[in-house]
Amino acid sequence: MSDEIKRGLQSPFRRKLLMGMAALPAITMLPRPSFADVPATSAINTTGLAVTDTEVTCGILHSATGTMAISETGSIEAEKLAIAQINEAGGILGRKIKFIQEDGASDWPTFAEKAKKLLVNDKVAAIMGCWTSASRKAVLPVVEQYNGMLYYPTFYEGLEQSKNVIYTGQEATQQILAGLNWIAKEKGAKSFFFIGSDYIWPRTSNKIARKHVENVLKGKVVGEEYYPLGNTQFNSVINKIKLTKPDVIFTDVVGGSNVAFYKQLKAAGIDLSKQALLTISVTEDEIDGIGGENIAGAYACMKYFESLDNPNNKAFVPAFQKMWGAKTVIGDVTQAAYLGPWLWKLTAEKAGSFDVDKIAAASPGVEFKGAPEGYVRIHENHHLWSKTRVGKAKLDGQFELIYETADLVEPDPFPKGYQ
Amino acid sequence: MTNRFVNRSELIGILVLAVFLVVILPLCLDVFRLNLVAKYLTYAFVALGLVICWGYGGILSLGQGVFFGLGGYCMAMFLKLEASSPENTKIQSTPGIPDFMDWNQITSLPFFWKPFHSLSFTIAAVILVPGIFALIIGAAMFKRRVGGTYFAIITQAVAAILTILIVGQQGYTGGINGMTDLRTLNGWDIRPDHAKVVLYFFEVGCLFVCIFIAQFIRHSKLGRILVAMRDKEDRVRFSGYSVANFKIFAFCVAAIFAAVGGAMFALEVGFMSPSFVGIVPSIEMVIYTAVGGRLSILGAVYGTLLVNFAKTSLSESFPELWLFGLGGLFIAVVLAFPNGLAGIWGDYVQPRIDSLLSSRKAKPGKEWTDNSVADGAPAE
Repeated sequence: MSDEIKRGLQSPFRRKLLMGMAALPAITMLPRPSFADVPATSAINTTGLAVTDTEVTCGILHSATGTMAISETGSIEAEKLAIAQINEAGGILGRKIKFIQEDGASDWPTFAEKAKKLLVNDKVAAIMGCWTSASRKAVLPVVEQYNGMLYYPTFYEGLEQSKNVIYTGQEATQQILAGLNWIAKEKGAKSFFFIGSDYIWPRTSNKIARKHVENVLKGKVVGEEYYPLGNTQFNSVINKIKLTKPDVIFTDVVGGSNVAFYKQLKAAGIDLSKQALLTISVTEDEIDGIGGENIAGAYACMKYFESLDNPNNKAFVPAFQKMWGAKTVIGDVTQAAYLGPWLWKLTAEKAGSFDVDKIAAASPGVEFKGAPEGYVRIHENHHLWSKTRVGKAKLDGQFELIYETADLVEPDPFPKGYQ
Repeated sequence: MTNRFVNRSELIGILVLAVFLVVILPLCLDVFRLNLVAKYLTYAFVALGLVICWGYGGILSLGQGVFFGLGGYCMAMFLKLEASSPENTKIQSTPGIPDFMDWNQITSLPFFWKPFHSLSFTIAAVILVPGIFALIIGAAMFKRRVGGTYFAIITQAVAAILTILIVGQQGYTGGINGMTDLRTLNGWDIRPDHAKVVLYFFEVGCLFVCIFIAQFIRHSKLGRILVAMRDKEDRVRFSGYSVANFKIFAFCVAAIFAAVGGAMFALEVGFMSPSFVGIVPSIEMVIYTAVGGRLSILGAVYGTLLVNFAKTSLSESFPELWLFGLGGLFIAVVLAFPNGLAGIWGDYVQPRIDSLLSSRKAKPGKEWTDNSVADGAPAE
């Protein structure tokens, strides 16, 4: 941190920018006059991106249709909100953001096709997009080939790092380890039962969790089960849970399967106020479908809850609900998606350019103090430093914050000893 | 009776398509759009196969995605191995194996991956693996006289099973992510623009080979037996033909066409995933054929292009509503034009051209009228 400041202070221009940035977040929600001296387009765009004297174009690439739409809609809404707020505050480098929305249609090749269209045809300066790991894996070669900039919001499995991607969600070790430490200490948990959906994220997360439980917490994993995406029959695993009586059920079941899982758990008489359950995949969005009464008492471990009590969040939640309806809930990924446009703005202003190479180079060290989750900063590996929090699900579908790490947790996409 | 495997009107049709694909599209479109057309055309292989198997043979297969996927995965395995050279993968715990294997704690290359180091093996596998698979399914079904709806349902089940298998065995197949980041073909980078153009022309060449094979089958005695079988299976059987063998043949041809399309897809898009194998994509492929006109070989190509073009442009213009537009298009086509694009052509456009031609020249050419009656096919 101090290094960055020192480096920043070496140039008066950067210092001015830094000072400006420090002042920005506090007043981000207020309309501001545009910058007095708008830099020339030729100076801030040397690579033929869609930047004019008044506008800069970015892409929004999520699934608006198909099975993932229910999850990705929140991200689309958050990104549009952030863009609207940035525009109200004067835009980026004096240019309003114009966005082109494309539909990935929950289909990975379509994501790749649309990403290519945004980069090659529309020459967007950045893409806010993707949700599932599969869609990111499909888009990654495209953004690397055409040198685009992708802001990716979802918590994910790690094992990846790209010059062309900023990961605004947490990678697996960041999300999981603090939660496991907390539950081991708080509940004296020694035995764990893992249940996940069958794809790369749950498998990698559970691999990391298993190493941590066995090597660091000296506990044991009494069961590890995977179900296909969309599975709705969890009776057999629930029987195994009853037989093995683990201290903690650790789940990364995703999407619609959650609804069946928690209902069947309840129907089988497993009371989450007595049986500890730690999930890393249920946000407020999922509880909307599961029903608060079916999951109350469960613990979730991630970086953001809608109920967080800080000034940024108190401004963010009403602004979001004003734009998208009073009943919309805001989950972890939605908040992370909201960070994308802001981080892009701050980085472009630090770099003094929209050029992707300059944005990529300027990203490390960019801090956003107006984040609803609190302060975040971009690491050299293009992930975010962020706090990890544990929340307890309540009947009304919200989480009650019961633990947060004292410091920011360092992102470590290639964790030593966990592979 | 001279060579009947392409008659005059069909030759004109093929030439028009050739000019359209080889001259007009490359001149009018930028590389990005041309690559999209290339992607659409990979489905045209499947639609072409369905014309033979469904349109002429009367065998409705709702599982062509299986063969598209098998062909695509064979090609993708070769490309993935080449992209996973030890230098490219030195960040992994086991360098030299595909990245998804490393994520799944697999430490050595599984035995069935090893032959895919060889390009010639891969090309053979693209054709043989789906062909033999279709042969087994076809023999198991048709020898027992399972047909019609039951066959369609079983092909759906096969599609579902293969998807679950691929997703479940993610250490060996890449799971739901599929195989991504395919880079080179025998050292030749398939990602830059000029490579895309070369691949496009290569693909169009393959497509025309398949079109000629389909034409040949249609006009041979075999094609006539297929049509006869579709219309009155028992009569053909009582005439002493082995119905099952002809059905197996048609099904295998369709499977191999689909597999070639799948392999081209892996090359064009640099990507293969289980989302092409399942039930939904398989049904979509049937829709392409239906929109083009299931009796028309060239209609299949146009139908595929039209539906996919509509899909892309609708989804670009209306990201939240486009599925409704696409659904509406299908309903309109099926209700108003049950024979698809080829039906529109045959009912409205062709007669005008005919009358124009016959007013200029005296003789309209009797042989092609003959032909379309015999095949029960609208002219193209």
